[in-house]
Amino acid sequence: MKSFFRLFVRNRAAVAGAMILLGVLAMAILAPILYPDDPWDMVAEPYLAPGANPDYALGTDMMGRDLAAGIFHGARVSLLIGLVATSVALLLGVTIGALSGYYGGHVDRALMRLTELFQTIPAFLFAIVLVAIFEPSVTTIVLAIGVVSWPPVARLTRGEFLGLRSREFVLACEAMGMSDVRIILRHCLPNAAAPIIVTGSLMVATAILTEAGLAFLGLGDPNVMSWGTIIGAGREVLRSAWYVCTLPGIAILLTVLAINLVGEGLNDALNPRLRNR
Amino acid sequence: MPSVSAIRRSHDEPCYTRAVLRIARLLVRRFLRAIPIVLGIAVFNFLLLQLAPGDAVDVLVGEAGGATPEYVAELRTRFGLDQPVPVQLGRYLANVATLDLGYSFRHNMPVASLILSRLPATLLLMAGAIGIAFTAGVLLGVTAARNVRRPLDAIVSVVALLAYATPVFWIGLMLILLFSVHLQWLPSGGMLTVGADLAGWDLMVDVLRHMVLPTVTLALFYLALYTRLMRASMLEVYGQDYVTTARAKGAGESRVAFHHVLRNALLPMVTMLGLQVGSLLGGSVLVETVFGWPGLGRLAFEAVFQRDHNLLLGILLLSSVLVVVANIVVDLLYARLDPRIELT
Repeated sequence: MKSFFRLFVRNRAAVAGAMILLGVLAMAILAPILYPDDPWDMVAEPYLAPGANPDYALGTDMMGRDLAAGIFHGARVSLLIGLVATSVALLLGVTIGALSGYYGGHVDRALMRLTELFQTIPAFLFAIVLVAIFEPSVTTIVLAIGVVSWPPVARLTRGEFLGLRSREFVLACEAMGMSDVRIILRHCLPNAAAPIIVTGSLMVATAILTEAGLAFLGLGDPNVMSWGTIIGAGREVLRSAWYVCTLPGIAILLTVLAINLVGEGLNDALNPRLRNR
Repeated sequence: MPSVSAIRRSHDEPCYTRAVLRIARLLVRRFLRAIPIVLGIAVFNFLLLQLAPGDAVDVLVGEAGGATPEYVAELRTRFGLDQPVPVQLGRYLANVATLDLGYSFRHNMPVASLILSRLPATLLLMAGAIGIAFTAGVLLGVTAARNVRRPLDAIVSVVALLAYATPVFWIGLMLILLFSVHLQWLPSGGMLTVGADLAGWDLMVDVLRHMVLPTVTLALFYLALYTRLMRASMLEVYGQDYVTTARAKGAGESRVAFHHVLRNALLPMVTMLGLQVGSLLGGSVLVETVFGWPGLGRLAFEAVFQRDHNLLLGILLLSSVLVVVANIVVDLLYARLDPRIELT
């Protein structure tokens, strides 16, 4: 753990990313304290430019809603959906990949066909169809993103498990009569964890971008404030009020950038052999 | 005594036929492998349609503002919706096999012809974006790799990192703000100037002017991806022994980079190209929505709002087929570029 931390800190970009990410996390946690009112409420005159009124530092949109409140509450939604959707994808991908790699044979062939099928369907288009058919809500968005993003995880996990399957310690476990579930969960999975964690951390960034894209198209949960929703609505007033679109976009950019940097830092720290690549 | 060129020819010809045979075999094998995938996607599509709340008749009746229960039942019989699910599935698959993807009541057109009429615009957008991303990505990646750990490398890497994290629809809006609203250099949307009635050269220039912003927007993310990949790939090849040999025999740095390293470093890029087709289609939904580009993506966006599930699933199915075809093309390209690879 100590060496992991030392390796991570050596990558300065990753530390910068971690700081930004902590900032976004702080926004998400502080949102209900700093802006206890509903971010959809109309609180001031519309089209207030950033800095024009110190009470609404980032200005207001065409309906007089406080942009700062929207961006703070949006951080909650983005991080939450990014993390939960990635967990869903990891759960699906690791399960399918582990079974495929561990059992091989027919199981492997069938599961890999399924993976290939899901990998062929264009992911974002698939997510749009799923959310549109099952009505937009936080749950359907999370599930849709999870369902479209598991195949790479399954392939990665399968590869790791294929390598581990014939290793002596796994054969020893088998000879001891240990159950398959126990071997998979307690002995194979921990040894395959490093690349899965790295992939998972980068997937959070993709999930946040996907959620923002869906919300931009009007497929966000109508009950929660999302960065993509603000941009989608602000599009109509791009010419007169540039900041409505611009500011939440910067928030998405910084968050995704930070997660990518942290993910690369994790990669350096967890796979030291690949560090110089 | 035969001349050298004659020997060469007699040696080359069977080689050439063998290569053609190899490609043909590969093509057949690839198509056979694609069939179950396309079939699987069609079944999957059907299941989604079944799970969707409301069927085609509900949509039709809703459109007409209500109907008697008898009429609804009659419509269901006419569309075969009263049949058991396996029968409906069989009929659906038979229809898909003959490229009959159903009818879009909103557009009053068969789904297949609607999609085909919008496909060229999207392909144009995608080809432009891939062209820009690939060319510029290779150039930037090579530049960064040749200047590794120097300021130029740092600048290229930071720009790529930023472009990699930028939401595609947002950068589109920002480009409109800069180039259409402030500088007024380029049109902000559409594919043609409405009512200009241009032809020939003028028409081409007009389309190109409309194309610039959407293609650059769509290209940016892939540009970043290719730059990073190309840099890594170049650095990896630079470390190999034959590069040292090339240097030892006196080849200049430019010749080493472009003649010796670049060719081998391009292989992973081609693989990546095949993997990106599906994601490009997704990206074009956003880009076409931002720029009002009259393609498949824009059609999908409209279908979402008109609750035209038939159309939406038709787009999903045809896009998946497009991905399958693109993968076959990339495999062929790969076999051509690297004769060592016997594809299975």
